[in-house]
Amino acid sequence: MARATGPVLECKGISKFFPGAIALDAVDLTLYPGEVHALLGENGAGKSTLIKCLTGAYRRDAGTIELDNREISPHSTQESQKLGIGTVYQEVNLLPNLSVAENLFLGRQPMKHGLISQRRMLAMASDLLAEFGLAINPAEPLSAYSVAVQQVIAIARAVELSGKVLILDEPTASLDRDEVDLVFSVIEKLKARGLAIVFITHFLDQVFEISDRATILRNGRIIGTKRLADTTQTEVITLMLGRQLEARIQDRAPTEAGDVLVELRNYGRRGVIEPFGLTVRKGEVVGLAGLLGSGRTETANLIFGAIQADQGEALLEGRKISLKNPREAVAHRFALCPEDRKNDGIVGDLSVRENIILALQARQGWFRPLPRAKINELAEAYVKALDIRLASLDMPIRLLSGGNQQKALLARWLATNPAFLILDEPTRGIDVGAHAEIIALIERLREDGLALLVASSEMEELVAYSTRVIVLRDRRQMRELKGDEITTANIVSAIADEPMANEPMEGAV
Amino acid sequence: MKHHINTTLRRIAPQLVILAGVLLLNFLVFPDFFRIEFQHGRLFGNLIDVLNRGAPTALLCIGMTLVIATKGIDLSVGAVMAIAGAVAAALVVDGHSWQVALLGALCAGAVCGAWNGVLVAVLRIQPIVATLVLMVAGRGIAQLVTEGTILTFLNPGLIHLGAGTVAGIPTPILIWLGLGLAVTAVVRKTALGMLIEAIGINESSSRLAGINSRVLIISVYLISGFCAALAGVIVAADIKGADANNAGLWLELDAILAVVIGGNSLLGGRFSIIASLLGALIIQSVNSIILLSGMPPELNLVIKALIIIAILVIQSPTVKHALYILRASADPIPPGSIKEAKESPQ
Repeated sequence: MARATGPVLECKGISKFFPGAIALDAVDLTLYPGEVHALLGENGAGKSTLIKCLTGAYRRDAGTIELDNREISPHSTQESQKLGIGTVYQEVNLLPNLSVAENLFLGRQPMKHGLISQRRMLAMASDLLAEFGLAINPAEPLSAYSVAVQQVIAIARAVELSGKVLILDEPTASLDRDEVDLVFSVIEKLKARGLAIVFITHFLDQVFEISDRATILRNGRIIGTKRLADTTQTEVITLMLGRQLEARIQDRAPTEAGDVLVELRNYGRRGVIEPFGLTVRKGEVVGLAGLLGSGRTETANLIFGAIQADQGEALLEGRKISLKNPREAVAHRFALCPEDRKNDGIVGDLSVRENIILALQARQGWFRPLPRAKINELAEAYVKALDIRLASLDMPIRLLSGGNQQKALLARWLATNPAFLILDEPTRGIDVGAHAEIIALIERLREDGLALLVASSEMEELVAYSTRVIVLRDRRQMRELKGDEITTANIVSAIADEPMANEPMEGAV
Repeated sequence: MKHHINTTLRRIAPQLVILAGVLLLNFLVFPDFFRIEFQHGRLFGNLIDVLNRGAPTALLCIGMTLVIATKGIDLSVGAVMAIAGAVAAALVVDGHSWQVALLGALCAGAVCGAWNGVLVAVLRIQPIVATLVLMVAGRGIAQLVTEGTILTFLNPGLIHLGAGTVAGIPTPILIWLGLGLAVTAVVRKTALGMLIEAIGINESSSRLAGINSRVLIISVYLISGFCAALAGVIVAADIKGADANNAGLWLELDAILAVVIGGNSLLGGRFSIIASLLGALIIQSVNSIILLSGMPPELNLVIKALIIIAILVIQSPTVKHALYILRASADPIPPGSIKEAKESPQ
């Protein structure tokens, strides 16, 4: 493809050092107008660091950045925004309590007689949103709209402010398929307008769907830049991991589920989730499927006591138990790895070691500290068993990459020797390698006789490890799939509330 | 163990350096500053005075450190001092022994602390507002106890706590040193310190990990109330009377400042009681410079403010980062020397 124009952004030899680590080692990146450029790499490869150097959130330690052939050196994200580089993050960085229009024009509201002209602002907002194919009321508070719409609003704001380069950092991580389509249609429009778009995601399918080129990073170095039309997913994954991926999903050993461990009867909470019944046996993985907002996370939190039930009863091996708070759940050897790893999972400034023993120590009580030797032994054992990659057990857990944080959280709960393990989106936002390892771990724990409940938005994943799948919709259990019925097609039709497809079951892995 | 001592030393190094600097300034304005004499069975000297006069702030900052570590703050400690002093004075005036008076005052402090803790942990009121209630109401309560007068007493046992000596060392010094060491030992030898830090860093994660955050938060406010009560008794004993209006006035701010100078983040999380105690000594040493140099008293607060600004600037993350860059550019990391590159901090 002959380029009619030169690059809009050209980075050469960008390096960034952190105490004890080289985050970026002489990285080059070239962006042309009207292209979507994917940035790929495992967690910890240096994608975020590169973005932060581009946007001025970090000062680079070496290298040059040229925007329209002029060297730039932004000191802050505001400055890079003014220069033309806008960024949209996975967590929408807008103000949910302000109106859509205020979010769009915050800091540059149209004025009239020294006062903000609400009417003109609303009109401008409507026009702007129409360009992005959104017909919503800009006077409503932002929180009235779904994450996808908020994401598009964030993109609109960034494009308005900047307009040369748009960086999308995992914009689709918490969106379902329809919502992804909405965001993608917006990206297509911006591409036609001649913006250069950097797209960061863990979903390779999406990369191939929307991107023109991809740059692959590993351990802070550029491994290669590929035109996606000329390459395959396998090749890209191989470049990312530096090794041939083993079979992603093993065959499930057909084992008999054991005795009933947990039984919930008519369990629910008004306004959160409709009352439901659920039994989980030892040695089985119950999958929870459903779209975003269907009640997966609510179900997991309710069973763990993070949300209190207001009706129904819970039984553990036939005896009635109370699950008023997580502490009681932990006392019954329940464990929960939450969906929102950063806010509900890790304790960022504590060391990896402390994070691993936290739940065990909390169950023991503060006056019975675990002996130092035992702590080290536990932490080291789990770091080895789960292949958690870190420089030191003393480093704060927030410095680990997403996949390694997730493994450390799994270690925290495995250290408590749980009988019932609830995993909410265990593979969200983690790299392909860790992804496969966590799926293998779920399989291993099931074989060890644990009862598992796994909520996930990734249907292939649920199909791979679940012995039963419960499909949720509108905060209500819709259907239970067993054995050969567990296929992505059947999950989809259950979510769509259609009769089960009678196709042959080759989808069951 | 050796590793443990090394990390502690590295943690408190800035406070030690600043304290040394401030003490040196004291020495420059008053060359006899470091002279300590033993007279009438008691140690005398400016250094002893710093340790002795710093006792109330030092005691307050022990509890304040724990409260701040949970992302809270306790504005009521000054008022709790007044309440505790009033209770102790009222009890000895009523003819009770000094032991009963001390116990009564400590119980009053603990009750005040528990009240704060319940407001914060159970009713979920923001700490700054929750403790403001008692900060305002506390002096009123103290006045009710003293019936509006400065309640003086002559009980030698009680006076000994504030003005007496043990083996030549002023009692307040022994009290704050003892309590500081005891609380440090309890939080670090048990898992209490780590659990408090976990709550301060991320309460939601901590709760989901099964930590009983409610009880722990109430406990830290209770400890803070207890420390404040002890400080209140010492102050009352020192002047042989309970002054409901002035005992511990504005001392909550000195205590918070001591915690901040101790390098503890007001956003909660990692804490060091030893560093806070050094912070309290730094504040008292600054006071000492102003007194010893004979500067006009109306300048005192301004000079104190300037010195404190200087201390805080040295500790600011921006300045630290600049210093780090300076050092790093003098000694660059050779490329390729480290294998694993990690994602940066958020």
